Amino acid sequence: MNTSINPHDLPVAGHPRNPGLPLDLEWVMDARANRSAIERRAATYGARRSVKKDHQAAWLIKAISCMDLTTLSGDDTEQRVKRLCAKARNPVRPDILHALGLGDRRITTGAVCVYHEMIPAARRALEGTNIPVAAVSTGFPAGLSPYRLRVQEIRESVAAGAQEIDIVISRRHVLSGNWQALYDEVREFTEACGDAHIKAILATGELGTLRNVARASLVCMMAGVDFIKTSTGKESVNATLPVSLTMVRAIREYRERTGISVGYKPAGGISKAKDSLVYLSLMKEELGRPWLEPNLFRFGASSLLGDIERQLEHHVTGRYSANFRHPIG
Amino acid sequence: MTISEILDSMEYGIAPESNSEAMAWLERNDHRFNLFIDGAFCTPNGGYFDTLNPADGVVLAQIAQANDADVDKAVTAARKAQGPWAKDGAKRARVLYALARLVQKHSRLLAVVETLDNGKPIRESRDVDIPLVARHFYHHAGWAQLMDSEMAGYVPVGVAGQVIPWNFPLLMLAWKVAPALAMGNTVVLKPAETTSLSALLFAELCVEAGVPKGVVNIVTGDGTTGGLVTEHDGVDKVAFTGSTAVGRLIRERTAGSGKKLTLELGGKSAFMVFDDADLDSAVEGVVDAIWFNQGEVCCAGSRLLLQEPIADKFIAKLRARMDTLRVGDPMDKSIDIGAVASEVQLQRIRDMVAVGVAEGGELIQSDQVLPNHGCFFPPTLLCNVESSATLAQEEVFGPVLVSMTFRTPAEAVALANNTRYGLAATLWTENVNLALDIAPQVKAGVVWVNCSNQFDAAAGFGGVRESGFGREGGREGLFEYVKPAFTAKLKPVKRISLPEVKTRAEGLDRTPKNYIGGKQARPDSGYSAPVVSPKGVLLGHVGKGSRKDIRNAVEAATAAKGWAGMNGHGRAQVIYFIAENLTARADEFARRITDMTGASAKEAAQEVEATIDRLFTYGAWADKYDGAVHSVPQRSVAIAMQEPVGVIGLICPDEMPLLGLVSLMAPAIAMGNRVVMVPSGPHPLAAMDLYQVFNTSDLPAGVVNIVTGAKDELAKVLADHYGVDSVWYHGSAEGAAMVEAASAASLKRTWVNDGKARDWLDRTQGEGREYLRHATNVKNIWVPYGA
Repeated sequence: MNTSINPHDLPVAGHPRNPGLPLDLEWVMDARANRSAIERRAATYGARRSVKKDHQAAWLIKAISCMDLTTLSGDDTEQRVKRLCAKARNPVRPDILHALGLGDRRITTGAVCVYHEMIPAARRALEGTNIPVAAVSTGFPAGLSPYRLRVQEIRESVAAGAQEIDIVISRRHVLSGNWQALYDEVREFTEACGDAHIKAILATGELGTLRNVARASLVCMMAGVDFIKTSTGKESVNATLPVSLTMVRAIREYRERTGISVGYKPAGGISKAKDSLVYLSLMKEELGRPWLEPNLFRFGASSLLGDIERQLEHHVTGRYSANFRHPIG
Repeated sequence: MTISEILDSMEYGIAPESNSEAMAWLERNDHRFNLFIDGAFCTPNGGYFDTLNPADGVVLAQIAQANDADVDKAVTAARKAQGPWAKDGAKRARVLYALARLVQKHSRLLAVVETLDNGKPIRESRDVDIPLVARHFYHHAGWAQLMDSEMAGYVPVGVAGQVIPWNFPLLMLAWKVAPALAMGNTVVLKPAETTSLSALLFAELCVEAGVPKGVVNIVTGDGTTGGLVTEHDGVDKVAFTGSTAVGRLIRERTAGSGKKLTLELGGKSAFMVFDDADLDSAVEGVVDAIWFNQGEVCCAGSRLLLQEPIADKFIAKLRARMDTLRVGDPMDKSIDIGAVASEVQLQRIRDMVAVGVAEGGELIQSDQVLPNHGCFFPPTLLCNVESSATLAQEEVFGPVLVSMTFRTPAEAVALANNTRYGLAATLWTENVNLALDIAPQVKAGVVWVNCSNQFDAAAGFGGVRESGFGREGGREGLFEYVKPAFTAKLKPVKRISLPEVKTRAEGLDRTPKNYIGGKQARPDSGYSAPVVSPKGVLLGHVGKGSRKDIRNAVEAATAAKGWAGMNGHGRAQVIYFIAENLTARADEFARRITDMTGASAKEAAQEVEATIDRLFTYGAWADKYDGAVHSVPQRSVAIAMQEPVGVIGLICPDEMPLLGLVSLMAPAIAMGNRVVMVPSGPHPLAAMDLYQVFNTSDLPAGVVNIVTGAKDELAKVLADHYGVDSVWYHGSAEGAAMVEAASAASLKRTWVNDGKARDWLDRTQGEGREYLRHATNVKNIWVPYGA
């Protein structure tokens, strides 16, 4: 199969890449994150912004189009990935889409996210669509395999057809305050990605403080990543609203200083339709409308789609839905 | 808009809260509400007036206008109910608990009614006001249960007349009613004219909760009705929240009535951002501070003080944030700012902003479209406002913020305190050293560190200076609704009359002068007055003090602020030293007392001994009158700090010239206050002998100042003085009334004897925590935390 990437095939097409900056340690060390204040603010998105009725339906569709539909299990098989990709192509039952007046819109998920070995299967299953394949990389989830192999893994995944690479950072560089090492590592990962877009997974549940989250976010953006992402989904604490607000504020600061827009991907633990609305509100409030598109915002999720499908059917029929009425992904 | 279009625009749309239950409630009442008196609704003697929804101008209902006969009836019912209500704390606890439960059960109806009547966003009435109301009743149900053990020695004040504002109608009701009922009082409450509905719904809940008849009475009406309540002879306690102007009027009109008074008034609270703050979070803090409840919050952080290095960056962030605030229909769950409470208020805001612009403020408003009818005003920031500008000094009571810059922490404090008010302050810094240095220096009753507008029933709220006095919430708030049990038994002070001079005392003439700033100072008047014994012996002369001596004494006391900064242990050493040196001269003082008062040698020795004992008591207390850390439900340390009041004028009793004076002085200075004392009129010499003791006791200059002279004349000067923070008065009933009336200008705290004499030898009456409470202001400092 053809593994070269045509940027115009991607939802991220036309979006300028982040060229990065030299490491600005003064900026990094200047970052502040007051946890209690961030928690208070984070608690308000759901309460201050209520999205109802048709707006809710539209927003849930938007959540789907910003979704990295994900399977990252040891028991993944090609057939399993094929089924997932089929779901990515048709995430919502056509009759529901039709009832929503979206029959003529091409609604797909933002991407499919898999392990390296599943890239070819995913590419095959998604042929003819614009849905990119994302691969987790660099010794996911712990990121503690030999450095040389981690860089090589990126190259091999890109060669295998991955259009997006989700790397994991070395948490130890954050915890020991070695920002230069973190920068150098991510910079090299970024270069290894070539034309493939790079998302840096911070594993925020393992960074100890929100201030570390803010600093690591800045360092990764300076190193040139296209997205910063919360979690592998394997930590005991994954995406949370306070962590998201901290990272999103870092993105805003980066844009204010450089003019460059970096994307955000919360991952792990977002399983309810209602949660996805809150995240979309957070993005809209803090970063504005451009961050409600898959080129700048993704959910890393596996079970979220099912809940959204049920909500959409309820919106259409007025009757609460059930799992079995929607095709398995 | 189709779903497809929304998918492209990603707008929020509207999310209206239903008003149907609330409208049904209004319908059931025929859109007309009577007065709630003695457990039932009854028609007013006066007429009715309309209450409007400020968001659309539609009339919601007619509200009764209570006149004097109605208020009489309410006070009579409250009086009759008070005795039985006070009997059983456990029973009161059950009733307050039932009220808390009912508020929760009917929470949405209460929230919707509040929003319809007041214009505040449904989100805030639902998520802030009503939950805090329930919390207040729960918390105080607990205090009712614990009153017997925790408030031993105290009894209810009696009937409380309470007048509340329109900005948090039901919440202010809860702040007033819950502690009053918990402590065994009954209430006559007057809601704000424009926002009476939630109080009337609350009256229905009182019936349902089994509140006995007459315990809660709600009389609606305008300011006249408020005046009738606060000035009614049958009211023992007045609690008012509202404007400083009305608060001042209430202070004047209740002076000398013996009514206990709490005033929670205006503010111009500072919001300080230091250069090491989390700026994005501080921006949200500003939103919470000034764009909460349309800025119609007495403690709104309305003066933004920015440290120079971050000022421009902060303003840029704030401007961007202003654009995402949504102003609109308060019943829409997705808006941030609702309707201003009335047309009158809206016009006032417009006028004040115009003044701000005319005086050179740089106007920044978000460019969003406001609803085309109803009372709406956009979030507004005026930059580069000087502290001399009207908007930096006057309360707007709207969504209007002014900003200025500072260079150093000291300058931040100076600017923060450069106001007549002293309600609240906010400061943002990631540096705990800085936070704990600044918080105590700010003149305010509440300080929020890295947060704003945090409230809880367990933490006291209230101000200093022209923001009023008294606290609501917390243990400190309970004392506003109780009095010491012994006060009922106190007898009027006896007038002491002395004969004309018949003979001169033997020995060298010693002429005591005033004692100011640690030095003897001749009275400015140049006149002296004789001191005569009961047998007509001329014992000496003392200066005839005047306004200028008081002025000088207050200056000296103000300058001695180092005393407040000294730790309790250090102050205790000085007080013990005074006691030690007084012991050495005990016989001399006893003789002096005998000479002046005619007391027997035994009685005089007893007074001296009791005086030494009293000094030891407050030497003991100096490092033991601890503050508290309140148990608030937020993840926050809420520190209730006992701070000295400042400069206190002590008008000392005529009787027991040594013990009476020391009974007032010792607790005051033990807590770090500086005092200006006017000693016993007929028997001033013991006080004057005392300054020789002070001079050998390491008491810093200016901590204690003594001016002799005509007591009430000097008391008036002290009560009038803007630089005096409190006056304690022991003298005639007329003098007490005069002090209270004169204090209205500065709204200083007062503690007067109402013409009643205490038994200074009785420790219950003459010393203890009651004195320490009057010698301190409680400041609640909120410090949220999290790594």
